[in-house]
Amino acid sequence: MDATATKTVVLEILRQDSTDSTPYWEKFELNYRPNMNVISALMEIRRNPVNVDGKQTTPVNWDMNCLEEVCGACSMVINGRPRQSCTALIDQLEQPVRLEPMKTFPVVRDLIVDRTRMFDSLKQVKAWVPIDGTYDLGEGPRMPERKRQWAYELSKCMTCGVCLEACPNVNSGSDFMGPAPLSQVRLMNAHPTGAMNKDERLNAIMGEGGLANCGNSQNCVVACPKGIPLTTSIAALNRDTTVQMFKNFFGSDHMVD
Amino acid sequence: MSKDREFYLRRLHSLVGIIPVGLFLAQHLVVNHFATKGAESFNTAVHFMESLPFVLFLEWFVIYIPLMFHAFYGLYIAFTAKNNPQRYGTFRNWMFVLQRITGIILVVFIAWHIFETRFQKAIGAQEVNFNMMADILASPLMFAFYVIGVVSATFHLANGIWSFLVSWGITQSPTSQRISTYVTIGIFLALTVVGVRALLAFV
Repeated sequence: MDATATKTVVLEILRQDSTDSTPYWEKFELNYRPNMNVISALMEIRRNPVNVDGKQTTPVNWDMNCLEEVCGACSMVINGRPRQSCTALIDQLEQPVRLEPMKTFPVVRDLIVDRTRMFDSLKQVKAWVPIDGTYDLGEGPRMPERKRQWAYELSKCMTCGVCLEACPNVNSGSDFMGPAPLSQVRLMNAHPTGAMNKDERLNAIMGEGGLANCGNSQNCVVACPKGIPLTTSIAALNRDTTVQMFKNFFGSDHMVD
Repeated sequence: MSKDREFYLRRLHSLVGIIPVGLFLAQHLVVNHFATKGAESFNTAVHFMESLPFVLFLEWFVIYIPLMFHAFYGLYIAFTAKNNPQRYGTFRNWMFVLQRITGIILVVFIAWHIFETRFQKAIGAQEVNFNMMADILASPLMFAFYVIGVVSATFHLANGIWSFLVSWGITQSPTSQRISTYVTIGIFLALTVVGVRALLAFV
């Protein structure tokens, strides 16, 4: 520190050296620069990995990609709330800034977590529109423009995992897939071509770790950085699966219409 | 337990909480309310309930079996949650936590309540009447326990109706869910007044 007593930023980071080692807190103090975000603070530590005690340490590991809150890779728990670190501005955060990994997921190292379970869930619920065939199927049915605009909001999901971290029912004692993949079922089922397989997706979320595990704490909709109406999606799927349940039980000629 | 059945078990859990358990609670509190009209009136009401035809069948199929399923599966649900109201102190998250806390209170309270009343009658130790309840509630500790039990029950039912409406897809939009919040708060207040007034009538 120079004599002019520059403004500093204090970070407390929950570190973990490997997947199964014990986490520990490490404190860092950096010189303040205007317009810093958590990522630039982490980059500063990477440049000079010395903790507050003046001891040389390993650079803190974190994940990042787009730096504009559309990829979800840099999600972590900042001052107790899961969010993206790229849009977490130091000026707007209370100090010390406490960084933790999203421990709902397996921690790989420091702030990096393994979100594989989310991608497995997307596969489980068939969150895609199948269009491949042995011949050209031609154009699908048109989607009304206003419905497209509505569906666009649901399509903003970046699989960041913040809603899973916020959900009390997603934890090591439960296999609930969480709100994100469920809302994708609503998106795919709203698509005119996707709706041709809607019963398959509904049956998938009526299975293991599916929709019924929701306990309506509604944290997900508060936490979602993209403002996706997750609880509305869940309630809408509750209705769809109620109907599907009766169709399955009694048999129906109207599985997809 | 097969995980594939989870969906149906959760839906059944939601349903039996309202029908018959919730309906039974409302009926029970209403019958208790006869106590406000005096011992005579309460005893007549109790006697009427006890002399219903097929009373054992009704008790088992309308009360004990659905209640036990709701209670034990509910305990499993309550203990699978990792509550986080310190992170998200929103109204709904608190309702989520309270639903689980009151559920656990109710398992203890109802077990004790049945043991103290219906079970005593079953083994022929005591008659269920106004004096029995007056004796139980004479102890301030027991009175407090009963107030907590009754308020837990009315809260758990009212909030349970709210989540039933969501779980079955009846209320979907935020507006409809907000309206059902107000309606269920009304149900909670009304049933609590009925339940607590009956308790007060015994002391």
